[in-house]
Amino acid sequence: MGLTFGFKLFPVRGGVHPEDRKQLSASAAIEALPMPSLLHIPLQQHIGAPAEPLVQRGDTVKKGQILARNQGMISAPVHAPTSGRVMGIGGFPAHHASGLSVRTITLKPDGLEEWHESITPEADPFALSPDEIAQRVAAAGIVGMGGATFPSAVKLNLRKRYTLKALVINGAECEPYLTCDDRLMREHSEQVRDGVRLMAQALGVETILFAIEKNKPEAIAAMSEAAAALPHFKVIALPTRYPMGSEKHLVQALTGKETPARGLTADIGIVVHNVATAKAVHDALFLGQPLISRVMTISGGAIKEPRNLLVPLGTPVADLIRACQGFTEEPVRIVSGGPMMGQPLPSTRVPVIKGSNGLLALSAAEVSEKSEMPCIRCASCVSACPCGLVPLEMAATIRNGSLDNSVHLGLLDCIACGSCSFVCPANIPLVQYFNFAKGELASRQRMQHKQGETKRLAEARTARMEEMKRAKKEALLKRKREMEEKKRAEKAQQEQEAQQSKQTETVSTGSAVA
Amino acid sequence: MSDAQPFSAPYIHAPTSVTRTMSLVMIALVPATLFGLYQYGWPAIFLFIITLTTAVVAEGISLRIAGKPIRPFLFDGSALLTGWLLALTLPPWAPWWIAVVGALLAIIVGKQIFGGLGQNLFNPAMVARVALLISFPLEMTLFTSPLPLGSASAPGMIEGLLITLGLGTTPDAITSATILGHFQTELGRGVSVDQIATTTDSIWQLSWGSISGSMGETSALLLLAGGLFLLWQRIITWHIPLAMLSTLFLSAALFHWLDPTHYISPLTHLLSGAAILGAFFIATDLVTSPVSIRGQIVFGIGCGLLTFIIRTWASYPEGVAFAVMLMNSLTPLLDHYLKPRVYGRDRKGVPIQYGEQEENR
Ligand code: SF4
Ligand code: SF4
Repeated sequence: MGLTFGFKLFPVRGGVHPEDRKQLSASAAIEALPMPSLLHIPLQQHIGAPAEPLVQRGDTVKKGQILARNQGMISAPVHAPTSGRVMGIGGFPAHHASGLSVRTITLKPDGLEEWHESITPEADPFALSPDEIAQRVAAAGIVGMGGATFPSAVKLNLRKRYTLKALVINGAECEPYLTCDDRLMREHSEQVRDGVRLMAQALGVETILFAIEKNKPEAIAAMSEAAAALPHFKVIALPTRYPMGSEKHLVQALTGKETPARGLTADIGIVVHNVATAKAVHDALFLGQPLISRVMTISGGAIKEPRNLLVPLGTPVADLIRACQGFTEEPVRIVSGGPMMGQPLPSTRVPVIKGSNGLLALSAAEVSEKSEMPCIRCASCVSACPCGLVPLEMAATIRNGSLDNSVHLGLLDCIACGSCSFVCPANIPLVQYFNFAKGELASRQRMQHKQGETKRLAEARTARMEEMKRAKKEALLKRKREMEEKKRAEKAQQEQEAQQSKQTETVSTGSAVA
Repeated sequence: MSDAQPFSAPYIHAPTSVTRTMSLVMIALVPATLFGLYQYGWPAIFLFIITLTTAVVAEGISLRIAGKPIRPFLFDGSALLTGWLLALTLPPWAPWWIAVVGALLAIIVGKQIFGGLGQNLFNPAMVARVALLISFPLEMTLFTSPLPLGSASAPGMIEGLLITLGLGTTPDAITSATILGHFQTELGRGVSVDQIATTTDSIWQLSWGSISGSMGETSALLLLAGGLFLLWQRIITWHIPLAMLSTLFLSAALFHWLDPTHYISPLTHLLSGAAILGAFFIATDLVTSPVSIRGQIVFGIGCGLLTFIIRTWASYPEGVAFAVMLMNSLTPLLDHYLKPRVYGRDRKGVPIQYGEQEENR
């Protein structure tokens, strides 16, 4: 059906209009990054349980070979981005603000790029059943590539528990700077389209709503053309406004319905997937290739040559910067993801993971670091919040240390989109407060859980001790009884023997005498 | 935890700042202010300067006493704006000490005692205005007919300075009542609205502002232009001004329609006194008005209604300052009870539930 004109969009509250700065990298076609000399592949690149290694130090592996298998339902396997030798499995700094060490497989590429024999193309993936599609998506280690990194197969299986009506593809790419999805849609529109169709098939839905923000006219044109012959595949142009790409708000714009608080979009019959995920699904089902690389935007005022690169997972971030000719000036902030919701990276040693869509090196001119002022109650944050929250009040309660009140005010409904901080004239780091409070709550919950657990263990221990004591006492008593019995028996025997010997003695004496 | 460097996203920021917000409000006030200064001449200019200077000095001293950093707070523009707003509501030929006492009241009692920027419950300029009105009713209601700079009987610079210093003599013929004051006195004497109207300024004079009144309140049109500028710049939203002015207009219209001989026409209500200044610049004061849209609408309606009531039945001819202050005191309550609806929840905060039968799209 292609581009759908006059598709009725519904209003969404709040939002902001940051300068999109996409022109820095939008015209750079996707290029493959040369294979780095060393890859660091974390076992956890997704939400859920970390993968369990299947290889050992010293093993030679082929490209696409499984390195670690998923553990449990919410998990994803990890594959070798290229052929080479496993140098070790151990701790390595994570792709995370904390830079904490996580279990990571280090792979030394051999430069041969030899595919594993299990990688075979599939002639007609559309002949597969929904379960087979989901199963292959799971086996390929595909996770939400917009940054959420939730295992995609789990989302494809939602049909089993919900009545679904439509698949929404999130091509909003509303974060400033990022252009990787834009480039994918422009350069690989047919593959993206086929990945989307397979996902729709897995979900058992006909209607596909492919939503793209209007600031990407080439992507809209390319996708519309690719989908022209498909009657239920609607390409929809969205107004350019942050955070259009927030899953629940995107669904609201398309359907007019709000996802119930603490619920899923599936509650209103919609499943949302990302453009890059669709491309990965295509590669997994048509080519049999697992998720081993991804497209990333490397940009920011401090990057000499902003680019869109196809990057093997596990590539150190430093290699990306080098591939873009380094810095023009010392960046004040290195960010993974977009500038509105991204994470600061502690160092450039950390590896690229499945959810990394962008790497930004921001210059001092781009990062505002004005000093914080008191809140002037201007209500800018209130009107910017897409969730109907009152950020100034939540921040004030958190500042006063009453976490419960902030929860009452809707802290847990906050999607951390950053719109409030972005507009605040007093430069109050509102989202920082919210993240801090959410972290505190989580650790408090863990504590509570732990306390409960400790109590349970302690009780169990006491019970065990009691039991042991009782058993000991019983054993003691038993032994005592036994001892006594034995003693008695011995005594009796002794007496008997004594008598016998007396008799014999008498006899012998007698005989002797006789 | 609010250390200098926030590590959470977002890493980019809109080009907003407290100083920018305050500056835009002052820019919006420039046309009406210039007109007022021109129309009431040198005494007004001196009074204006004295008010603003005192406000800034008082702010600086308060910050020093409170041990707060002086630089960022003094240059945020908030003290200057408070002084400015106060000056606009003073009788233009009032003596210097009115300005000084007013500015001190505004900054110290109206703002710093509450804890400084963003903490005050009441609009500081209105605190000062009301306090002055109650304490010095004579000086605060002595208005002057317009005597534009350069006109024949306008006081020169020296003469103007003497008037501000309270050393000059204000010729009796020049003092005159504001239109609302005039109506109140005459109505009190039993004269009907129609008859009084023949002796007052025309609607055009009211709109343009060439009438006697406070320094910067008279020109409804120029103030409206400033207000529209603020709306355009998104410093304020339309909710408070529209709710306030339409409530004032409708309640005045109702009573005027019921009894035109005793109740002033709604247009006169809108165009006179501090109605327009109040609706766009005082009731919308960010710090002291509610933050939610529903709260703002209720707040605006309250301001409009109270203004009408005070003007019509209380002993003060002008009611905007009292009305706004009364509503200011309700702001915390309005903020508490009229929060926006949270996404995915109903007004009570319960997660939305959809019925089994949903229409398909
Ligand atoms: S970060 Fe949270 S509070 Fe701030 S605008 Fe986004 S959803 Fe609202
Ligand atoms: S945007 Fe900032 S200054 Fe304005 S009300 Fe919100 S927290 Fe306060």
